[in-house]
Amino acid sequence: MELTTVWFILIAVLWIGYFTLEGFDFGVGMLLPVLGKNERERRVMINTIGPVWDGNEVWVLVAGGATFAAFPEWYATLFSGFYLPLLLILLALIVRGLAFEYRAKRDDDTWRARWDAAIIVGSFVPALLWGVAFGNILRGVAIDADMEYTGGFFNLLNPYALLGGATTLLLFLTHGAMFIALKTDGPIRREARALAGRIGLVAAGVTVVFLGWTQYSTGDAWSAVAFLLAAVALVGGLVAVAAGREGWGFLGTFVAIALGVAGLFLALFPDVMPTTLADGVSLTTTNASATDYTLKIMTVTAVIFTPIVLLYQGWTYWVFRRRISVHHIPEPVLAGDR
Amino acid sequence: MDPLDIARWQFAITTVYHFMFVPISIGLSAIVAGYEIAWLRTRNPMWLRLTKFFGKLFLINFAIGVVTGIVQEFQFGMNWSDYSRFVGDIFGAPLAIEGLLAFFLESTFLGLWIFGWDRLPGKLHAACMAIVHVGTLFSAYFILAANSWMQNPVGYEFNPETGRAEMNDFAAVLFNKVQLVTFPHTVLAAYMTGAAFVIGFSYWHLVRQKTKPTDKPMYRTAVRTAAWIVLVSGLGVAVSGDVQGKIMTDVQPMKMAAAEALYDTEESAPFSIFTYGTPDGKTEKFSIEVPNLLSFLATGTTDGEVQGINDLREKYQETYGQDPGEKYYSPGDYTPYIPLTYWTFRLMMGLGFVAAFAAAWILWATRKGRTPTSTVLFWLAVTLPFMPLFANSFGWIFTEMGRQPWAVFGLMTTASAVSPGVSATEMMISLISLTAVYGVLAVVEVKLILHFGRKGADEIADEDLPPDRPDNDPDRPLAFAY
Ligand code: HDD
Ligand code: HEM
Ligand code: HEM
Repeated sequence: MELTTVWFILIAVLWIGYFTLEGFDFGVGMLLPVLGKNERERRVMINTIGPVWDGNEVWVLVAGGATFAAFPEWYATLFSGFYLPLLLILLALIVRGLAFEYRAKRDDDTWRARWDAAIIVGSFVPALLWGVAFGNILRGVAIDADMEYTGGFFNLLNPYALLGGATTLLLFLTHGAMFIALKTDGPIRREARALAGRIGLVAAGVTVVFLGWTQYSTGDAWSAVAFLLAAVALVGGLVAVAAGREGWGFLGTFVAIALGVAGLFLALFPDVMPTTLADGVSLTTTNASATDYTLKIMTVTAVIFTPIVLLYQGWTYWVFRRRISVHHIPEPVLAGDR
Repeated sequence: MDPLDIARWQFAITTVYHFMFVPISIGLSAIVAGYEIAWLRTRNPMWLRLTKFFGKLFLINFAIGVVTGIVQEFQFGMNWSDYSRFVGDIFGAPLAIEGLLAFFLESTFLGLWIFGWDRLPGKLHAACMAIVHVGTLFSAYFILAANSWMQNPVGYEFNPETGRAEMNDFAAVLFNKVQLVTFPHTVLAAYMTGAAFVIGFSYWHLVRQKTKPTDKPMYRTAVRTAAWIVLVSGLGVAVSGDVQGKIMTDVQPMKMAAAEALYDTEESAPFSIFTYGTPDGKTEKFSIEVPNLLSFLATGTTDGEVQGINDLREKYQETYGQDPGEKYYSPGDYTPYIPLTYWTFRLMMGLGFVAAFAAAWILWATRKGRTPTSTVLFWLAVTLPFMPLFANSFGWIFTEMGRQPWAVFGLMTTASAVSPGVSATEMMISLISLTAVYGVLAVVEVKLILHFGRKGADEIADEDLPPDRPDNDPDRPLAFAY
């Protein structure tokens, strides 16, 4: 296989890692006001993702860095082109990341309410905008002969891309509810289960439309298979959670997101950023790539270290496998006070 | 303002800001890991208290280090897309490897450390913080390798067909001679910073009336160990900085001339500690000089020849053409903005010397169980954290501004690196919103650090000592919760 193809696959893997992992902690963040009825329940929710959210977020940093190294033209065009949405995502990630760490550092309701807002908005904005960004990548944007994006901000807000945003948003909400159901105990667990089923139905509907539309406009046989399996996994997950099987339910949304993203990348290949301009240039795995030499070095590194990362990240989930409920949350003692 | 200026301001502001937290993270992670290992070895609760006290301050700091780092990762693509296209084949690799090797390690093991007090065996728990520290070192190594390549491009070939620099020797990039001194210099400076941070708070508690007498030995130990670290790493910083000076004279002679504002080539050149005059060097009104020191810094011999700005300007123009691009501080002449390089270089060294001096004084004043009373020393000690911290900022501003007008030395000017497709308005929105958010965060963070720093190390009751083995009681409250 061409190394450029290998790297296209690896970048897809990084995004899959990002969306399946940070997807649920975005979901948990957005559900904070819905499932967290009181301070203790909100703390239960935050503590389910406390040890892992930062590790989850690194997937996107590595996806960005790997794109820079393997497809410099793609990195340059994408991030300078989707400038303002990306800026919004960055601002959201900044306040969100700090909120987890700082929220518990002062015993003051206003303080906590502000950081709660940061968590909610900071999870909502990227959950929506990553979908919009991927929608635009798939649909194609105005890229001129110099590989510069010339479409401006408002052209990014087209129906197809917005549907992509709605899809990631709803899928992450469902995924987050599944995670809460899996990781907590008590009333919040039951509510999360019910909510996962309800949002899940809407998510399934929207996802099917978005994936169908994608398949119709850019798909091939492979992407069709991935999309079909994604739909099956999602429905399976919803059935499982309705039957009270939270583990299977979470696995369902996990696999659905993974296969959905895989399908999007399959539908995109061999382009990485198609153009809509007649005299423009589409970025492809070959014309956007780094040299073979660089790709070789990167491949060796990735082959050695990705499994190691997966091992220790997996181990973290094992260490913190215990369900958490309100009686596990220490009394008002603040995180800063111990 | 045009996009170039805005992009430069944003890069300077966000990077200097990021690097306010980075050195503290690097230094403190090592120190906290050291405390925890000392606790496991001696079982003296003092070490555990220090672990938790500085561990908490470390986390508050680290969080900002992480979120500001995210901006750095994407900023190259957003504001410097032509740069990214030109160097991606080389620069991207260390950046990606940094993520894969360092960021995963740091974030995952920090999560384990924060929440794992009762979930992991004691030794493994301490190992987690040590691993976080190793992660910060990996991070520093790879990003500095990327930066060193910009200072001294090696291991590449320019490909006229693709119009970009392409890597042909990764080992040369990783073991760039600039990198080999920049890494120790920066990391030792970070140890200085972390240790100075420990001194600031511990010293304050040590001399304060209200501190319990039984707590004083703890703070004294913290002060003294940290003072040793400042002193020893300070020595290392000076030695590595001296080597850096020689390498810089070799690869970027203009930067060395700019560091001293030396206009005419001289032998046995002196080093001025302070100059009052006009920035163009035409008239010097007053100056304190150390004879021969500049020659020694630049060449290693007291009478070595140091080239001056005027000669170098001509040489650069011969090598690189008349004018590298229209946009930089001293138009058309390959000269960085001299007052800035001159003063930042001195401030970097000066603050480092004052810090090392203060550390030595502190060691002397706390010898054999003494508690110092000097007011001067008090102020030196509590402001100590800022000295290496700002020395770091000045060091970077010097290094990066001294490289101007180049983004990649000799290959690409800063003016040609900026994104051509991004409008000034977009960049302005970005600059303003990031600066505003960073400003607010700075206030929040400083308040939190001061609050918990003043509170001091908490007492730890016997039943709250972390268990040696993981505690699997399903109903036990979390040992730590957000
Ligand atoms: C000498 C060290 C050094 C330097 C020059 C830089 N950084 Fe940094 N960076 C670190 C040392 C570090 C660190 C010590 O590893 C941090 C600080 C706190 C932390 O979380 O890790 C970090 C965090 C950090 C993160 C967040 C990692 C996470 O989520 O865990 C990113 C994405 C970057 N950095 C990226 C950059 C980029 C693109 C830089 C270049 C402009 C840069 N850093 C300069
Ligand atoms: C972390 C410590 C660093 C600090 C404090 C710092 C600071 C600065 C400063 C002050 C400038 C000059 C801006 C201007 O000319 O107005 C600059 C420029 C630049 N630096 Fe750094 N830098 C750091 C590290 C790095 C690293 C590690 C890289 C690369 C990996 C880097 C890449 C650049 C680039 C691309 C520019 C071009 C923008 C410009 O010249 O204006 N810097 N930096
Ligand atoms: C005797 C004292 C020192 C000397 C001779 C010295 C020398 C140097 C030199 C020559 C450079 C520029 C390297 C280049 O651009 O190629 C530099 C950069 C730098 N210095 Fe220092 N320095 C000293 C003290 C300090 C101190 C005390 C700190 C901070 C605690 C510090 C932090 C830095 C940093 C962060 C940089 C930018 C990164 C780098 O290029 O290494 N330096 N120093």
